[in-house]
Amino acid sequence: MLRLLAAAPNGLGVADLGNALGLAKTTVHGILRTLHQVGFVEQDHSGAHYHLSDAFGRLGETYLDPNELRSRAINWADSLASRSGEVVRVGRLVEGKVVVVHHVFRPDDSDQNLDVGTTLPPHACALGKAVLAFDAGGTAKPRKLDAYTTRTIVEPAKLLDELAAVRARGWAGEFEEHTIELAGIAAPIRGLGGLVVGAVGLTGRIERICDSRLRHRADLVTMVRATAEAIGRDLREDR
Amino acid sequence: MAEQYVAAVDQGTNSTRCILFDRRGRLVSVAQREHKQHFPRPGWVEHDAAEIWRNVTRVVPSAIRQIGAEPSQIVAIGITNQRETSLLWDRRTGQPIGHAVVWQDTRTDRLIKELAGTEGADRFADLCGLPLTTYFSAPRLRWMLDHTPGLRARAERGEVLFGTMESWLIWNFTGGPDGGLHATDVTNASRTMLMNIETLEWDDQLLAAFDVPRCVLPEIRPSSGVFATATEVLPGVQIGAALGDQQAALFGQTCFSPGEAKCTYGTGSFLLLHTGKEIVRSTHGMLTTVAYQIGSEPAAYALEGSMAVTGSLVQWFRDGLGLIHTAAEIETLARTVEDNGGAYIVPAFSGLFAPHWRSEARGVIAGLTSYITKGHLARAVLEATGFQTLEVVNAMNADSGIALTALKVDGGMTANNLLMQFLADLLDVRVVRPMVTETVSLGAAYAAGLAVGYWPDLEGLRSNWHRAGQWLPNMDPDRRATEYANWQAAVERTFGWIRPDQ
Repeated sequence: MLRLLAAAPNGLGVADLGNALGLAKTTVHGILRTLHQVGFVEQDHSGAHYHLSDAFGRLGETYLDPNELRSRAINWADSLASRSGEVVRVGRLVEGKVVVVHHVFRPDDSDQNLDVGTTLPPHACALGKAVLAFDAGGTAKPRKLDAYTTRTIVEPAKLLDELAAVRARGWAGEFEEHTIELAGIAAPIRGLGGLVVGAVGLTGRIERICDSRLRHRADLVTMVRATAEAIGRDLREDR
Repeated sequence: MAEQYVAAVDQGTNSTRCILFDRRGRLVSVAQREHKQHFPRPGWVEHDAAEIWRNVTRVVPSAIRQIGAEPSQIVAIGITNQRETSLLWDRRTGQPIGHAVVWQDTRTDRLIKELAGTEGADRFADLCGLPLTTYFSAPRLRWMLDHTPGLRARAERGEVLFGTMESWLIWNFTGGPDGGLHATDVTNASRTMLMNIETLEWDDQLLAAFDVPRCVLPEIRPSSGVFATATEVLPGVQIGAALGDQQAALFGQTCFSPGEAKCTYGTGSFLLLHTGKEIVRSTHGMLTTVAYQIGSEPAAYALEGSMAVTGSLVQWFRDGLGLIHTAAEIETLARTVEDNGGAYIVPAFSGLFAPHWRSEARGVIAGLTSYITKGHLARAVLEATGFQTLEVVNAMNADSGIALTALKVDGGMTANNLLMQFLADLLDVRVVRPMVTETVSLGAAYAAGLAVGYWPDLEGLRSNWHRAGQWLPNMDPDRRATEYANWQAAVERTFGWIRPDQ
């Protein structure tokens, strides 16, 4: 089907594809829907014709531009910061480091500096763990882990266990693993086809992020996950 | 009791959106639909108003559905809209008469010259605060009446209604041909050239000058105040506000005191400075406009600097040149180079707006050499927005006598960090982004919520404003001066391109 679409600059209809391949219309529809969901085919304005999207030719490249991620995330990140009262960051994994793509100040009008473009160690922050847990590119197999505090996870085996736990519950937590007295919560952002393209999370003082038993507050976890889901929905639906 | 929300309907140039806000001014839900842009001839831009209303009827329920709310949880509707886009419709059938003529449309170019005559483009500025340009509604309305066979007679018989988009939406929300309210607000009316800027009423002298029958015009109301109760889409919900998009953004940024200013970066960009109850007449190409009016209180005024092409230059770079796939990628491309390489793009696509107001100007790319790559052009595209802002800020400072100390920014382009840093560098002031970038919708929501008592007063709204991001100036003064001089040289090369015989 991809070959046929690639050879038809003006696109093809469901019937064209069905006839050419000897497939039932419903089958063709199902395949097209999947290809559309992952961004490999596009529909023209009338909706009658499908053609190959240029994303297909750029498979090897980073498929989501970091500035695109920021512009999709900005409203939801603002909303998370104003609801939680904490600093919000969006990050993505680049060559084994978390690069901050977007940063929203803590809404207390105190002096803060934008740290967009700076990097964070992925094993020592919630944002990093949220993306590492879903990374298939080999960066999840850690080599040497630097300690930032006494709580930083430095043993590769322990990190792998932690990442498995992140996968199981769908969000990542951090507790004084990067900076003393700070804790964080982050959740993965899933783009087209369910691919994790980054994470969104908040950071703040332990007494605000965690409850009296030092567990990450459930209401904040829900907010962070809903934010990640909203950004993901935006990325998947509206192209 | 279930949480209550205010619904802002933002009828913009490219899309129509519904955004729900909670009591703390936080965005809780967004639904959006784009509408088609019609370009029947060079310089002409039109919208199908029926399509736009259909989009309203879809985005409002969709925004409510997204958060699993009930329509009964909406306490008020606030409408904000692309300004100056003009429409006539049939009072009896409710059908639009032709397409709406959009604010970017330059078909009235020749008419403007005729109207200006020997007295010049500023001949009505004392009455309405605006110069004669293709930008405002009255020349467009006159053009439609002159160029549609039989329309003037129908208009004079009272069969035809005129409105900008907020009037069209209010009329449809309240039943359309079945008892719809035909109304506008002071901010939108202040952009027609037909309203007297002091009395806030339609002005007989202006109506005569543009040859517009009074019976086609809507009733002028305060921006914040209950217009009517909707019977369509959200039956039973009060329409609490209508404001032009830029005035709504000023309101959403809580610029409630004289001297406070904001700039909204979208398709075009608009810097508004609150001047209080005082009407400041510009001598540097700024517009005098109504900022808002709350109920029976006196109106607040503003000076406005309008830049026609900012975000739309990025769109052109994407769609016209095909050098990027999404608007956000321009930052990625621009960051592949260190500077503009000596290239400057002046996007005078339909003439230059503030502070030049040269409708005969057309765009240029200046300083092209074989060294220039698409990365440099991407920089030049972004920098064009920065330079245009600087021109407006300089003019505004000269008119108001107060130097701007910080710029509050909002709009889609504030997601572009490279541009925001360039702005801070070029203006040599702090650039501050608030927690809600969607200030246009927020302002409409605030004004509507005030009208129905959802928010008690302006101070309450101010306490909702928080800083989400900030960029500090960091550019060598010599470089700043050189760059600006280069830009000004490029601007001069756009003048006089369209000659009178063309």
